Amino acid sequence: MTDGDSVDVLRISGLTLDLGGRRILGGVDLALRPGQVHGLAGESGSGKTMTGLAALGLLPPGARTGGRIELEGTDLLTLPARQLAALRGRSVSMVFQDPSTSLHPMLSIGHQLTDHLRHHLKLDRKAAKERAAELLTQVRIPNPREALGRYPHQFSGGMRQRIAIAIALACEPKVLIADEPTTALDVTVQAGVLRLLRGLCDDLGLAVLLVTHDLGVMSAIADEVSVMRHGLVVETGPRGRVLTEPQHAYTRQLLDALPGRSTV
Amino acid sequence: MSPRWVPSKGAGGKSTGVEGAGGGDGDRLPARRPTGRRLPGRRLLARHPLARFLLRRTATAVLLALGVTLVTFILTNLVPGDPAAANLGQRAIGDPAIVAQFRHHYGLDKPLPVQYVTYLGNLLHGDLGESQQSHQPVSTDLSTAVPATLELAGAAIVVSLIVGVAFGVVAALRRDRFTDQLLRVVSLLGVSVPTFWLALLAFYVFFYRLGWAPGSGRLDPGMTAPPDVTGLYTVDAALAGQWPVFWSAAGHLALPALVLTAYTVGLLTRFTRSAVLEVLNQDYVRAARAKGLPGRTVLFQYVLRAALVPVITVAGLAFGALLSGTVLVESIFAWPGLGAYAYRSATTLDLPAVMGVGLVVGLVYLTVNLAVDVLYGVIDPRVRVQ
Ligand SMILES: Nc1ncnc2c1ncn2[C@@H]1O[C@H](COP(=O)(O)OP(=O)(O)OP(=O)(O)O)[C@@H](O)[C@H]1O
Ligand SMILES: [Mg+2]
Repeated sequence: MTDGDSVDVLRISGLTLDLGGRRILGGVDLALRPGQVHGLAGESGSGKTMTGLAALGLLPPGARTGGRIELEGTDLLTLPARQLAALRGRSVSMVFQDPSTSLHPMLSIGHQLTDHLRHHLKLDRKAAKERAAELLTQVRIPNPREALGRYPHQFSGGMRQRIAIAIALACEPKVLIADEPTTALDVTVQAGVLRLLRGLCDDLGLAVLLVTHDLGVMSAIADEVSVMRHGLVVETGPRGRVLTEPQHAYTRQLLDALPGRSTV
Repeated sequence: MSPRWVPSKGAGGKSTGVEGAGGGDGDRLPARRPTGRRLPGRRLLARHPLARFLLRRTATAVLLALGVTLVTFILTNLVPGDPAAANLGQRAIGDPAIVAQFRHHYGLDKPLPVQYVTYLGNLLHGDLGESQQSHQPVSTDLSTAVPATLELAGAAIVVSLIVGVAFGVVAALRRDRFTDQLLRVVSLLGVSVPTFWLALLAFYVFFYRLGWAPGSGRLDPGMTAPPDVTGLYTVDAALAGQWPVFWSAAGHLALPALVLTAYTVGLLTRFTRSAVLEVLNQDYVRAARAKGLPGRTVLFQYVLRAALVPVITVAGLAFGALLSGTVLVESIFAWPGLGAYAYRSATTLDLPAVMGVGLVVGLVYLTVNLAVDVLYGVIDPRVRVQ
């Protein structure tokens, strides 16, 4: 389905979510474009993670949704479970906050990098291993071939997150959802991981949804910025405009809260 | 579970890893100590983490065995009662000469410390003394009783693991639904029904009433035991290709083994359920789902692997519980194993036999613990590699 104006690869419109009788999302609108990083900010509990999980069909059991999440015109919310599973990890993938808990501690890096490759792309063992080594090179892990046989605890936090990014990118997805990918990392390695994400986004034409609390991070790498509050997107637009001329009082508050910065 | 046989830091391995999963593990030796001349063999032993670990465990085992003998010796001598009275007949006990002869033969006329040291001295030569009941060397008695019990307890633990883990996984996946509730009742019953009662009930129902189960013992009457290789009749019969003997042995094994599984199945079901539920909540399981892996793959490769670590610990404990369960079950089913032997020896104050049983049980516990620790390393690379 190609609407003339649509360059959005993922378009979320009027997304509502009810969980345990509580309204978590009240009609979220977001659009992601290839080769662009879309920053998503907002206070804790505003529904950023739930928005991301909804796009993967990984909401907690008992969740009820409304609205649409379109991946190149296909509504993911109404897609049968099997077809959604085929897209998950292949067309849309996710990087989680804490790489020390999101990698399985007892499975080798090689195993975790290749199992979904083999499942989605039907690669044989050897081809999958080749691809895995290539991916590790892409995320700048030294000695990629040797690294395949190692386990998560043998890597530093920054490297683990690079590995998690490599896993997410393995099947060449169109959309990457990165949920606070640097929050759990040492400040010294945060910039490296962000630069890597930015580079991959540019090189691969990936659409990235970058969830972050940190407006500093946002201003460094996002093209578009959205701000969420209480399950709603209260402001969205190009980075320059949102961060310098915020329209919404809440965005202004967030900016004022940044250390060493005052609103213009 | 702390890493117990990890190599010490710096003992090989390149420096890609930065943060290790370090933990408080007092069992780890510091890096190679600067020592003088050493034999190449000893160096190898000292260097290889698994070899060093096993060496240390063996040393512990010897100390523990010593402790077991001492405690058993003291306990047996604290019990009011006279071995002579317990073992000699009514007539003989009236004859002081026979009593004195009995006491002299078993060294009971010597002071206790001398008796103990004599026992230890003989133990060094593999001599466990002579049973006052069977008038045979205790080691001979044990060599038939121990395999009988290992066959029974081994069959029970294998069945318990398969059934208990399966039940636990299903209960976790069907959390709070009907199946989960049902399995909760089953496991609760298994844990709370007294084993001796279950044994009596099973014997009554399946032997007297239904006639499904063969009678007591390890084989049908008139059947000869298979050639002795492992001492486990089912295995030996299969090895020798004696299929009628195999089926008879398996038939005799089935009921007592199933009675023993009741408790361990209940225990393992409950532990597996909570272990799986905890793992299901982990980030890496959500991440595996986000990769689009099929549910089956996520369950068997991601969830079960992590959940098995606590389950193995409990399985080790469960095996201990099985061994104590055999005392009653073996008496009821007339299974000629260690439990029945222990019961008979204890009631007749057969000191050498009781000490022999104590030693064997201690060694079995140590072996099971060792196996559990080694399995940790097999399953969890954080224990194995650093
Ligand atoms: N499993 C769940 N069941 C019910 N409610 C949940 C569940 N998980 C999260 N919530 C609720 O959903 C709301 C949105 O949570 P979400 O995790 O999306 O927030 P967030 O913006 O990502 O916050 P943070 O910045 O802290 O990660 C919160 O109010 C939270 O309490
Ligand atoms: Mg969140």
